[in-house]
Parts: sequence; C-alpha cells; structure tokens
Amino acid sequence: MSVLDSKVPKGPLKTKWTDYKNHIDLVNPANKRNIDVIVVGTGLAGGSAAATLAELGYNVKTFCYQDSPRRAHSIAAQGGINAAKNYQGDGDSTYRLFYDTVKGGDYRSREANVYRLAEVSANIIDQCVAQGVPFARDYGGLLDNRSFGGVLVSRTFYAKGQTGQQLLLGAYSAMNRQIARGKITPFNRHEMLDVVKVDGKARGIIARNLVTGEIERHSAHAVVIASGGYGNVYFLSTNAMGSNATAAWKIHKKGAFFANPCYTQIHPTCIPRSGDYQSKLTLMSESLRNDGRIWVPKNMDDVMAIREGKKKPTDLSEDERDYYLERRYPAFGNLVPRDVASRAAKERCDAGYGVNATGEAVYLDFASAIERYGKEQAKIHNIANASADKIYELGAAIVKAKYGNLFQMYEKIVDQDPYKTPMMIYPAVHYTMGGVWVDYNLMTTVDGLYCIGEANFSDHGANRLGASALMQGLADGYFVLPYTIGDYLSHEIRTGKIPTDTPEFDAAEKEVTDKIDFFVNNKGSHSVDYYHKKLGKIMWDKCGMSRNAKGLKEAMVEIKALREDFYKNVSVPGAANELNAELEKAGRVADFLELGELFAKDALEREESCGGHFREESVELDGEQEGEAKRNDKEFAFVSAWEYKGEPGDAVLHKEELEFKEIELKQRSYK
Amino acid sequence: MNLTLKIWRQKDAQSKGKMVDYKVTEISEHMSFLEMMDVLNEQLINTGEEPVAFDHDCREGICGMCSMYINGEAHGPDRGVTTCQLHMRMFKDGDTITIEPFRAKAFPVLKDLVVDRGAFDRIQHAGGYISVNTSGNTQDANAIPISKHAADEAMDAATCIGCGACVASCKNSSAMLFVGAKVSQYALLPQGQVEATDRVKNMVAQMDLEGFGNCTNTGACEVECPKGISLENIARMNREFLSANIKG
Repeated sequence: MSVLDSKVPKGPLKTKWTDYKNHIDLVNPANKRNIDVIVVGTGLAGGSAAATLAELGYNVKTFCYQDSPRRAHSIAAQGGINAAKNYQGDGDSTYRLFYDTVKGGDYRSREANVYRLAEVSANIIDQCVAQGVPFARDYGGLLDNRSFGGVLVSRTFYAKGQTGQQLLLGAYSAMNRQIARGKITPFNRHEMLDVVKVDGKARGIIARNLVTGEIERHSAHAVVIASGGYGNVYFLSTNAMGSNATAAWKIHKKGAFFANPCYTQIHPTCIPRSGDYQSKLTLMSESLRNDGRIWVPKNMDDVMAIREGKKKPTDLSEDERDYYLERRYPAFGNLVPRDVASRAAKERCDAGYGVNATGEAVYLDFASAIERYGKEQAKIHNIANASADKIYELGAAIVKAKYGNLFQMYEKIVDQDPYKTPMMIYPAVHYTMGGVWVDYNLMTTVDGLYCIGEANFSDHGANRLGASALMQGLADGYFVLPYTIGDYLSHEIRTGKIPTDTPEFDAAEKEVTDKIDFFVNNKGSHSVDYYHKKLGKIMWDKCGMSRNAKGLKEAMVEIKALREDFYKNVSVPGAANELNAELEKAGRVADFLELGELFAKDALEREESCGGHFREESVELDGEQEGEAKRNDKEFAFVSAWEYKGEPGDAVLHKEELEFKEIELKQRSYK
Repeated sequence: MNLTLKIWRQKDAQSKGKMVDYKVTEISEHMSFLEMMDVLNEQLINTGEEPVAFDHDCREGICGMCSMYINGEAHGPDRGVTTCQLHMRMFKDGDTITIEPFRAKAFPVLKDLVVDRGAFDRIQHAGGYISVNTSGNTQDANAIPISKHAADEAMDAATCIGCGACVASCKNSSAMLFVGAKVSQYALLPQGQVEATDRVKNMVAQMDLEGFGNCTNTGACEVECPKGISLENIARMNREFLSANIKG
C-alpha cells in the first residue's frame, strides 16, 4: 500500500462533505482562544483562511512579502470566478461544474476534492456579495454571468476585468475586521524562510523582516501555507515579480511531498514578448476569447508581408485567414480549454505562421464581434439602414464596456489600438496545477502543516479551467480549511503555548542565517537575475509547451550544473541586516534551481500527454483525433508525489492511484 | 536612447538622503519604466554598487505596489497608468529624469524609493469592511437586487489600488481620495448601509490620526490617479461624514 493516505471519507460522493462535517471533532470557543495558527501568504486562499479562522476565534498570524495583504498576486486575476448557481437557467448544476472540472483537468484530479469544490462554489458568491464585492449586474439588478473556455454554460461571475482584485479586497476587508479585533496580527514585508517541526508536527516558522533583515521565530499549533504557485521558475511568466516557491519548497525539504510539478498552465492569451530586457509577461483575460476570433494568415506570402510591414492584418480578406481553432475544433471553436488553445498557437507559429518579428504571435480579432454587437444595437435603438461607421461605433461601445480596461492595457503596452487592428497574442506561463501534496483535509504529509490555494496540487488535475483558480482559493480558505483544521486542532487544546527557545527553533534559525550569510559573503561575478534568466530559458525550451525525453534529460543535467555554478559565482550586493531585494531574490532563485530539476524529472517519468503536460512521444497517430494529445490511463492515472531525499534528482516517487467512480474516463474531445 | 537619471538615495529611515546622478544607455522605447530601472540596477550590481531599492510586484498596474514620483508627477507623465505601465516611449533621447519616492509625512521613506504606506492599512482596519462572518449560509447572492447604476458606481470606487499617488500628488498630502473611494464603495451598496455611520466616522478619525492633510479641492489627486478615481468620492464621503455626525 502507498504511504499516501488521501483520507477521502467513505460514502456516496454527493454526501461525503456533509457527512464529514457532521462527524469531525470541534474545538469549543474557549479553547480556540488558546490556539495559534500561522498563515503564510495573504492572497485569496491565505486571506480568506486567515479571516475565517480568526472569526472562529483562533489567534492568527499572517505573513506576506508585500507591504500590504491587499497586494498578493490574486489581485491580478481578471476574468472571473465560477459558481454552480445556474442563474442563467442554462442547465448548470453542482454535478456539471464537477464534471467539467474533472474533464478539463484531463482526469488527473481527485473526484472527492473536486466535487466538494463544486459544492461550495455557490456559497462563495453569496459570501462575497454579503461582503460588498461589486460584481457585474444586469439592468434588473441581478448578477450577470459570462462563459469561459472549456465549458458550455455561463457560470462565471465577474467584476469588469478585475475580478481577482475585487475578491481579494473582499478577503482583505474580512481580514481588516479581524485585525481591528486583534484576532489577526499581520506581518507584512516578512518572508517565511523555513518551517519548524517539533516531534514530527509543524510548530512554527522562521521569517525574515524584509525591512530590517531581522530573523524572527514564530510558533503556532498549525501552519498553513498559501504562498501561490511556482510559475516564476520560468523567469518570464504572468506571475508577479516577487511570486515565489520558497515557502512551498522549504516545507517540501522538511517532509511535505511535492505533487505533479510538471503540470503547468501555459495561458493562450498573453501579450507577446518584445525583447530580451522583458521582465514579465502580461496576461489578457481569457474572457476575450468569448468575442475575439483567433487566426493567422493562410498563405506564407501574407505572413512575410505582414512581418515586413508591407501589409496590415486588416488588408486580408476572410478567405485569406486561417481561423485555426474554429477549423480544428468546430464544437468549441475559440473557447477550447487553455492547453488546447496554447498548443494550437504554438503549432501554427512553429509551422512559420507567426505574425510578428519574433514569429511568436497570432491574432485575436474583434472585428466580427464589433459588427455583430453593432447590428444588434442598431436594432435595439431602431436605427434603420445604419451605416457601417454607425454600426462600428455602436459595436465598439459594447466591446469597450465589456473589455475596456483590457484594451487600454494592451494599447499602453503594445502601442496599437485593438479596436482598429487585431491584438497579437502568444501563450505564456500562467499557473501551476502541481504543488504540495495534500489529503482531503488539505493537510500535507507533515502533521499540522496545511497547504491551500495554488500552492497545493489538489483540484485542477493536469489543466485548470478558466475562472477556477479564484474559486479554489476561496473555497479552500473560506469553506474547507476552517472545518478540516478544527478536526486536527481539537487534539491540541491541552498543548499550551509553543515555546520558541527550543533546539528545533535554534536549528531552523541557524540553517536560515547560514544561508543568508553565505549569499552576502559570496562575492561572485554574476547577478541573481543572470541565473534566473538562464534557468528560465532551460525551462521554456525543454519543459515548456511540449516536452520529450531527450530534452527533459538534458534539462535535468543543465539545471543541476547551473545550480552548482550559482553557488560558486552568484553575487549579492548589500548586507543581511537591511532592506535588500537582491538577497530576497537570491533565496527564491536558489529554490527555483532545485524545483526546476524535480519538475523535469517528473515530466520525464510521466510518459503520457495530459492537460498542460504534452509529451511529443504520446500523440494520437490516426483517426479523427490525429495529432492530439494521447493520455495513458492504464499506466498513469495517478498523482506523482515526490519525497525529498537530499538532492532534487534523488527524489522518491510515491503514487496516489486515482479512482474514478462517478465519471467515465474518456478522451477529451472539443471537436 | 541615452538618459540621465537623478535618483533619491537614502540608506534607511534614519539616514539622510540625497539625489544621485546615473547614466543609462541603449534604452529601448518599448521597455517599461521599471525595466529601465532593472537595466540600471544590473549595471550597478556589475560594478559593485548597491542597486536602487524600489517597490514593485505585479508589473501590470493592479497590485499598487510601485510608487515612484517621476519628473514631479506620481507614476510619471502618462495618464491612467502606474509606474510599471509607464513606457519609455514617453521619453526621448538625452532626457534627464528625476525619480523620487512618494513624499508625505504619513509615508516615511524606508530606503531609496521605498516608502511605508502602512497608514492606508490602518485606515482600512478602522472600518474598511462589512461585518459579516463566513458562514456559508448568508442569503442568496441574488436576494437583494442592486441597480446596475449603483453597482457600477461602487465598482468604479472599488477600483482603487491603494498606491498612494493621490497623497503624493496633493500639496496637503491628503488621503481623502483613497478614503473617499472606500467609503463610497460601501455607501453605494445596500450591504454597507447598516454600518455606514460608524464606518465613515472611524475611517476619517484614523485618517486624521495618521497625519494626512485636509482636502482643499485642488483636484491633483484625480488627475494623477492611475485608476481614474473621481473627486465625486470625496464629496460623497463628506456628505456621509456630515450626515453621520448629525445623526450622532
């Protein structure tokens, strides 16, 4: 039997969560006052968890590297949040959301976790509205919905193109209320640098005050990691500059298994790279695919003419355009899931049809939508024989109302007007489905150590559907963890305050300070970014949108060599006892240099294509699905959970077999 | 393009700071302003000098972390953008660019261009929330219809990213646009009505305590706000504040 116990409750899928909640142990209010919980990260998952745990009466300490919890990168999520409310009456239900999420994840997630996620999704919307989150509404005053990639219903709630911002400000406001009550103590501009284990249980953390450089000890009865994903292992991604895997990686090194690191989401609609100085990539919400049509020219002559500036995209007639998603996937068209859309863009660009100087861009065109909306508006306003200009004007106004801020963002970056000429887009690293392995209770393989939100691996399988990250973050933080952690903490009521003057804290602190001393004293010849960029290039070239055994083996060797060079030649200016951004980066990149190698190893072992993980050796060779990804359920329907053994390359694989009782495993077809 | 940068350098909160000149060369017009700063810092690291500390994170104009005062304007010469969205095409070859931290008594400098905006958080602690517990059984989200107009106006106010450009731009270092936006978001929604009186009083009291100045209707904040938060929000807050005090 596997060492992994998922602790999924018995009983029918539909009643598991309710039955579970009815039978867990509770902590009485008087005892909650004596229990401390540390939450690392204050995005949607961490912020909502911290607020809810504090409401329940626990003493919460939160940690974030930003100057305020409100700035966590959840804030950048644009499109929306899914919930099975069925307000549109289009046949949505908890079951359908569950089904879409499992299918969208390419059958590599745990059924019970996903069903619970779908089940609590509706509560999230109720909760957020009660908090004053200003979701978009229709003229009747009721909540509006939009549809998203990979599904056939409209279940996505949104607040302009700033849904993540509004939901995070909601969670932050709930935190503020608890900060005012003294139930949450916020440690902003602090970074967790290690977890402290006492007798096998997580009992605290070592953190660095990023302003003074002071190393601090904090103890608690349980530690919750909500530090987000590891997309910055690629250097260029849509993550924030500071987004990092340090908290997740440090707990991995202290015994928490790391699951499915190779499952990465490369988002199809990002602004293409413009030069080597580029520091990050900017995402354009997937919601744009509701109205935008994706194409490249049919003829190579036109591609060349466009690249040389001799032709404009608007010069090409409909016949001269290849709407390749509509051509290949008539049922879903431009709304295929993200992994499919990204690979299709790569396929066209690899074939030479990319439309910008780098050859890595396709068009996202709103001309049809502007015309369609314009005609509709002309009809609504009883304008007979409206001119083309009038129709354009009316249509552009609707597109502006829906996507105005995104269009403005695009124009500011690219210096082109997307109302007049198609946008250029290209896939970019956006989200990591893999992460710390957790059981049904969201506990890692270390007792008392929890992991929630993007940082864990749990709900999205090998590919995440749009508008599901916000849903999962808030589900974990508001509605799941506060129950499951109570069951664990009910056994801690007699423990009393955890002291920090113990050998375990001494040892953890020494490890942290030794590392910092090493960095500031290692007068090497290369900056941290030099290494980060090199790592990013290896990751993108060999562990990117498509992968093969040869490339992955090379990646493992190259990353290891790069890591060794890093420890010899990295240069970190400044001192340990001050605000030192380079020192912060050094620690984070050191962890990415380890994680990257495990990532490649995981990708190498998984000899199948599934979701965001595409192995060139595993494709359909004939039939209707020719050229599409080929999953291998017989041999790979499991979660890969890696145990740390000193070097990332030596990690030991543990398999959690995935059982599908409610859903029949099928090839994902969006044709 | 080649540029001269005049940058505020200050070791820490206690030390005295000064402007220091730097040169950068071969800057592309497609770079963002912060990418230009990255180039400068890489240059400084390679020559053994300490890089310039500045706050930044999402680099897409939403987190509100970046905070530079460029050529006398918060977030620089472009409109409706944060520093991270400012592009070098706004400048020309040979320009001298002055870069300072956001300056206000309530925003002490921590290092170089990094300031402490904790005062904004403390104002929010004082009342920037609706008192509702996470129960999972609040009423259905559609139980209270809210007119599209009110919802949109609340959204416009809620768009504030808390960057502090309003304070840095105001000759009085007033935070009223920031506080007004938060008060307005809740005042416009039925969910926020119950606590409206206490909220506005507590948030304004905290704002005064933090040492922000008063509003004298200059309107610089609205001009420099990267998110286009309207002065109307200040008027609404004043109305809320007055009626809260009359009600007692």
